[in-house]
Parts: sequence; structure tokens; C-alpha cells
Amino acid sequence: MSSETLTPPQVPALDSPWRRLLDSFPVRYILYPVGQMVIFIAGAAGILTLLSVLLALLVPEPRPNIVLMDQIGKQLPGMIISGISIGFVYSMVALGYTLVYGVLKFINFAHSEIFMVGSVIGFEVMQRIEDVGFIQLWHPVALVVTIVGSAMIISGLLAVLIERVAYRPLRNAPRLVPLITAIGISFFLIDFVRAIEAITRNDFNLTYPTGDLSYLRTPIPMTFGETTVNVRITSIIIVLAAVIMLIILNYFVNGTKLGRGIRAVSQDRTTAGLMGINVNLMISITFFVGGALGGAAGALFGLNVGTVTPYVGFIPGLKAFTAAVLGGIGNVTGALLGGLTLGMVESFLNGVLVYFPALGQRYTDIFAFSVLILILIFRPSGLLGERVDEKV
Amino acid sequence: MTAQTSQSPWTTFRTWLSRPSVAGVVILAYLLIVIVALLSLNRADLLFPLYSTLVFPPFVLSPFVILASPLDNRIKVTLILVLVVIAMPLIGIYDSSYLELTIQICIFAGLALGLNIVVGFAGLLDLGYIAFFAVGAYSWAMFTSSAETVFFVSGIIVPGWAFYIFIFVGVVLAALVGVLLGLPVLRLRGDYLAIVTLGFGEMIRVLARNADQPINFTNGSQGLLNVGTPPMPQFWVDFIGSIASTLGIRIAGNLEPLAQQMLFYFIGIVILGVIIVAARRLDNSAIGRAWTAIREDEVAAIAMGVPLVKMKLLAFATGAAFAGAIGVLYAAKQSFVSPESFSLIQSISILAMVIVGGMGGIRGVILGAIIVTLLNLQVLKNLSLQLNALRNIDFIVPLINFHIRDWPTQLEPAKYERLVFGLLLVLMMLFRPAGLLPEPRRKLELDMKKRAQPMETPVITSSETGD
Repeated sequence: MSSETLTPPQVPALDSPWRRLLDSFPVRYILYPVGQMVIFIAGAAGILTLLSVLLALLVPEPRPNIVLMDQIGKQLPGMIISGISIGFVYSMVALGYTLVYGVLKFINFAHSEIFMVGSVIGFEVMQRIEDVGFIQLWHPVALVVTIVGSAMIISGLLAVLIERVAYRPLRNAPRLVPLITAIGISFFLIDFVRAIEAITRNDFNLTYPTGDLSYLRTPIPMTFGETTVNVRITSIIIVLAAVIMLIILNYFVNGTKLGRGIRAVSQDRTTAGLMGINVNLMISITFFVGGALGGAAGALFGLNVGTVTPYVGFIPGLKAFTAAVLGGIGNVTGALLGGLTLGMVESFLNGVLVYFPALGQRYTDIFAFSVLILILIFRPSGLLGERVDEKV
Repeated sequence: MTAQTSQSPWTTFRTWLSRPSVAGVVILAYLLIVIVALLSLNRADLLFPLYSTLVFPPFVLSPFVILASPLDNRIKVTLILVLVVIAMPLIGIYDSSYLELTIQICIFAGLALGLNIVVGFAGLLDLGYIAFFAVGAYSWAMFTSSAETVFFVSGIIVPGWAFYIFIFVGVVLAALVGVLLGLPVLRLRGDYLAIVTLGFGEMIRVLARNADQPINFTNGSQGLLNVGTPPMPQFWVDFIGSIASTLGIRIAGNLEPLAQQMLFYFIGIVILGVIIVAARRLDNSAIGRAWTAIREDEVAAIAMGVPLVKMKLLAFATGAAFAGAIGVLYAAKQSFVSPESFSLIQSISILAMVIVGGMGGIRGVILGAIIVTLLNLQVLKNLSLQLNALRNIDFIVPLINFHIRDWPTQLEPAKYERLVFGLLLVLMMLFRPAGLLPEPRRKLELDMKKRAQPMETPVITSSETGD
């Protein structure tokens, strides 16, 4: 893994006004990442449209009396919007995999359960607020920030704890050893959360108490040409929250001293240590940031789907991992691109394959696996990554 | 064992214990106590689940006690054979639930030995191993089940005696699938390989769940019912019945289920024996050494002329073949096969067996299989039963005054196998990465890497002498 993939393009420090503008804070840390996201979204939406049209041309009438092109025309805006929102969730989780891979060269298998813990914490906080009884009086923004913020803090701390207890003692062990530990942690967390919920609530299907909050329930109609799509508020919250967090993350990694330390550790741990960087601290911070992003994604996911269980982490975690590999694992921009692409393609499958009874949605679950396997076989470095040869 | 200067009571005791005559007497006494304790349990007893959990594991683990003793090898083999061929079936006649557990242990030990070839010998982490087991199970179930599959409808149903042929069919099919899955993932290493095999495992399960349309092969998520069993000769039933009557045990109801179980027990023992012999022979052959070379350093292995592709595929195929044979046995024994029996948790539990026992060693892996299977199928289940039994009589724990009735119903130990497997994996990796019965070379490897100076210590071990 190299540093070039983590840093923005180096701008030579010339004293021209143009350079100064490019180097200025708002351009470098806000405009640049947002522009990147817009390009990725547009690209992924383009792929989606292209796929749908291709399919419609190949199979004009999958079922009698259903013209695929018309259906796609009606569904496309909705598909793109849900693709963006699920894509951002995948991106945020994928960032956790990618950041940890960057510093430790190791796949944190337990990250999907950190996502799950985030969604459960989101539920717990919201339920507590509901139990106190003033949930309607909360300002919507304050409510979402409280839920997502507490999920972030607890998930981040949990990730740090896992690293400290289970991964740090094994840092020099053969590669299989921490991987097996991570699998163990992941299984342990699932049933640990289930046990806690069983003791406190005697039930582990956790439904977010959004019933009284009409602003979370009523969708916003949006008109695209002649079709109107009801966009769920939670989708918009996901997108907004994700964009804000990704901007902060970009600033943190590329613009602060700590971020530089993390990048140095990801380049070469030993040399970074010799240069006076506290390697263990940097690794802990990376785990915290990755875990916090995963936790936030979990809470937002929970708000969106409504009901979560301790088993909710596996499939999104796997898809997010696919996204990270698709973009090029270890590459922060790649995680974003991979997440959005995967979200779009999945939304396409969910929307269009209903018209094919023989295939249908029966195989959508293994779609992510197939993508993953194909990438790993044909381009293991991902879309944006570069070839890394195994060190001997 | 001859510490002259300061002989602590412990070393004196160990020296005394290592004398074969003493050890023999101790082991005989141990076996006698365990068997008598096991036979004296009473099902009607309130604390029966607890007692049986305390007594049965020492019995199943007694072969390992025998193997660890300083007795003559021939005596050890004889004792173990007596245990396996005579003592266990007699206990099974007395209480068939123990027989059932032992069959499950055979099945899982066979699977763990197969996974051990891939993970332990060749060092390829396979998280989708259960897929090959599924291939074996489905290959027998599809052709014998009375569910409305395409085979049943078109009348292609094989008779029961074909079971013995299908064990080989399962072996071949699973090995083929192993090669097919192995081919594309050959280039991957370590973590990527693990994730892709996990993906393949899940894909086979989803395929099994969805292959009821457009042509019904697997009957989808409903699973295949009434899977065929191998034929049972009448003399076998009579034989079991006469033994039971000479022992004075009255079998409630029909004799045939018990005779059937007993048949499966012996088939399982035979298959497991074949697998153990095959694994041992492979380990000590040129192939086994090639696997070790690949595991320890792939690049160096290529440089030394190890045919990498061939050897990796062979590892996948051999591991898969074992699982295929066991799968056929499993399908016939359960007489019901559904996609949910082949989920990720099963793959992980088999991995836990290999890791608890010790990757790469055969004895260790069997020990791991026994421990994990007992934990999963006996300890956790019996704890649940015990809790329910105590809840029914409204038992109050003395001292802390806790009503068992207040124990949350969702907190049932039997449903928390993930917690146990997860903890086992983490604790083993942290504190004893080479397993409970470490294989010498593997232990060396792990210790060497732990010291983080792989370049300095030249490891030249003279040829290993088995486990």
C-alpha cells in the first residue's frame, strides 16, 4: 500500500493566486472531496442507467404485458436514490476495513459486528429517550446527532478495546492467527450482544421507536420529469450525515498532524516508529476512527430499516468489505467509490430482477460474493489500488 | 524424572505414576469408575442433565488418557479397541442418547480431520469447508428422498444398499467440487483466500436453498425428507436384542431404531478409522512434506520445485473428499437434509475444533472435535435442559436467593454456541496458538514467528516422526 493513494494530488507551493486558491482550506478540504463524491455518484448512477437500459434492450418483455423499458423509466430515480443512500452506508463501513488494512495489513473481520453494535447502541439510546418520554420535544437534528454520536463513541471505543485485547498481542504472529482471532471476536460479539439484550429486554429483535415521530415517517415527494418518487427522510439523513463525516475524515487524514502520523504508519510501521511517531497510539486512533464510522453507519442503517438484531452485521459487513476490495483495499477514496458502485448495482438488482421470475431476488444475496470473487481473481488490487506483490 | 536434590512431593508422585504397572492400575480404575458412574445415572433424577454432563466427557476422553499413559503400545491399542467396539456399544444399548452423541463426534472428527488437511497441513484457511459436506449429504439425499424432487418424480430412486457405493460417489463428487472451487482461488493467499472460500460456502448453501426452481433438485428451503438408510439385516436386529436381554435391559418400544443407530455407529467408526489412516499416511508422505513446505514458505517451496498448483488442489480435493464421505453418512443418519444445516456457523465450529486441538496434528484435531462437539451438543444443551427442569419445580438458588424462574427465557445456553466458539477461538489464539496437543513442527513455527526474527534462527529439524 502506498501513500499516494491516501494523499490528494501534491500541489507545488508556487506563489500564484491560482495555487493559493487551490491550496486554501475550503477548496482542498470541502470542495475537493465533495466534488469527488458528486463525480462518483454521477458515475455510479450512469452505470446503473446503462445496465438497466442494456437489460431492457436485451429482454424487452420479461413477463407478458410488462414492458421493461417503461418500468425502468418509472423506477430509475427511486433506484438511484436508494442506491446512493445504501451506497453511503457501505462506504462508511468499507472505510473501517480500509483504514485498518492500511495501518496493519490485516482484514478486521470483526468490523461487521462493530457496525452491528452501532445499530444496537442507536436503538438503546433512542429507546431510553423514548422511555423518559420527551422524544417529541427533541429537535430532530439533536435527536439524530445524539443517537448517531453515541453509537460512534461506543463503537469506536469498542474497536480500540478489541485491538488492544485481541490484535495487539498477536501483531508479529503468522497472518492466519489474527484473522482467526478476528473471526472469534466477531462470533463472540454477536452472542454477547444477544445475551445482554436477552437479559435486559428478554428479546433481541430491536425496533427503533420511530412510531411517534411523524417527521421520520412521512416521505418527501420528489418529482423527476413525469414520475414522482417518495424519498424517505432517513435516506436523506444518511446521505447528509455520511457526506459530513467523509469531509471530516478527509480533513483528519490529510490535513492534521495525527492524520500524517497515521499515513506514515501505514507506509512503514518500523520507520515511522523510528521517526518518533507513537505507532501504537496511531493504530488505536485508526481503530477508533474506523469503528466510529462503522458505528455511525450502523445507527443510520438501524434508523432506516427500523428493526435490528444482533445478526444484522454479517451481510452489510460482507458487502462493505466487497466495496472496500472493489475500490482497492487500503485506499480511502476507493472505499467511497466501491461503496457507491456496489450500492447502485444492488439497488438495480433489487429493482429490476423482480421481473425475472426464474432468477428474481433469490440470488441477490450471493451477488456481492460473486462480485468479490471476480474482483479478487481478476483484479485483486481493485479499481483504484495498485498491484502489490507479496513481500518475501 | 530423577530430580535428586530437591524431590518435591509432586515429582515423587509423577515418578511413581510413570511406572507402567501403577499407570495400568490407575487407568483401569479410572475406566471402571467412569463407566459405573455413567451406568448408575438415573434419567428421572432432577439433576440428571448436570450429572451426565459431568460424567460422559471423561468417558469419551478416556482414549486420550490411555494414549498419554506410559503403557506398552499394544496394550494401549487393545484397551482403546475394547472401549470403542465393546464398552461404547454397551453403554449405547443402556442409553441411546450417548450413542447418538458418539456418532456426532465421529462425524465432526472426520470433518475436522478433513479441514485439518487444508488448514493444518497446507496452511490454506478455508471458511467454506461445510460446502463439501453439503455436496456429500445432498448427493445421497437427492437420490433417496421421498420429497417431490425431479429424481423422485421421474423415478430415479436408488435402493438402500447403494449407500455403500454412494460413500464413494460422495467422495468423488466432493473432491471434484473441491478442485473446481480450488482452481480460481489458487492465486489468493491468507485473508483473501479465507473470504473467498467463505463466499463459496455461502453460495453453495444459497444454491441448495434456491435449486427448487425451475427444476426441483433440492426441494429448496423445505429440505429433503425421508432420506434413505442402508439396509439392516434381521440378524443384526436380533443380535442387538439378544445382547440387550442378556444384560437385562428392557428396550422401550421397537428395537429397530437402536439397531439402526448401532449400525451407523459402526459405519461412522469405520469411516473415521479410514480417514485417520489416510491422514496419517498423507502426513508422512512426500505430499505431506510438500504441503508443509507450502505452509511454511510458499516462495521457498516453489523454488525447491514443489508443484504448487497440483499440491494445493490436492489439499483441497483430499479435504473435500473426507467431507463428502462424512456427508453421505450424515444425510443417512439424520434422514433429513436442509440448507440450514450447512451454514457458516458450522464451518466455524469445525475450524474451532481444528484450532482447539492443534492445527496439523491428527490426535490433537480429534481431541478438538470431541471437546467442541461435546460443548455444543452436550454441555450447552444439558445446561438448557437443567435450567428448564429447575424452572419447572421453581428452584431457588440458596445463599443468593435467586429464583430460577426469573432466568430470562431468551437466555438459553443452547442458543449461545457462537459465544462459546468465538471465545474458544480468541483464547486459543492468544494463549495457546498451537492447540491443546501441539504438533511439534507447527509449534516451532508459531514460536519462531512470535520472536519476530524469522531470518536468524535456522530451523533444521530431523525428520518428524508422526504425531
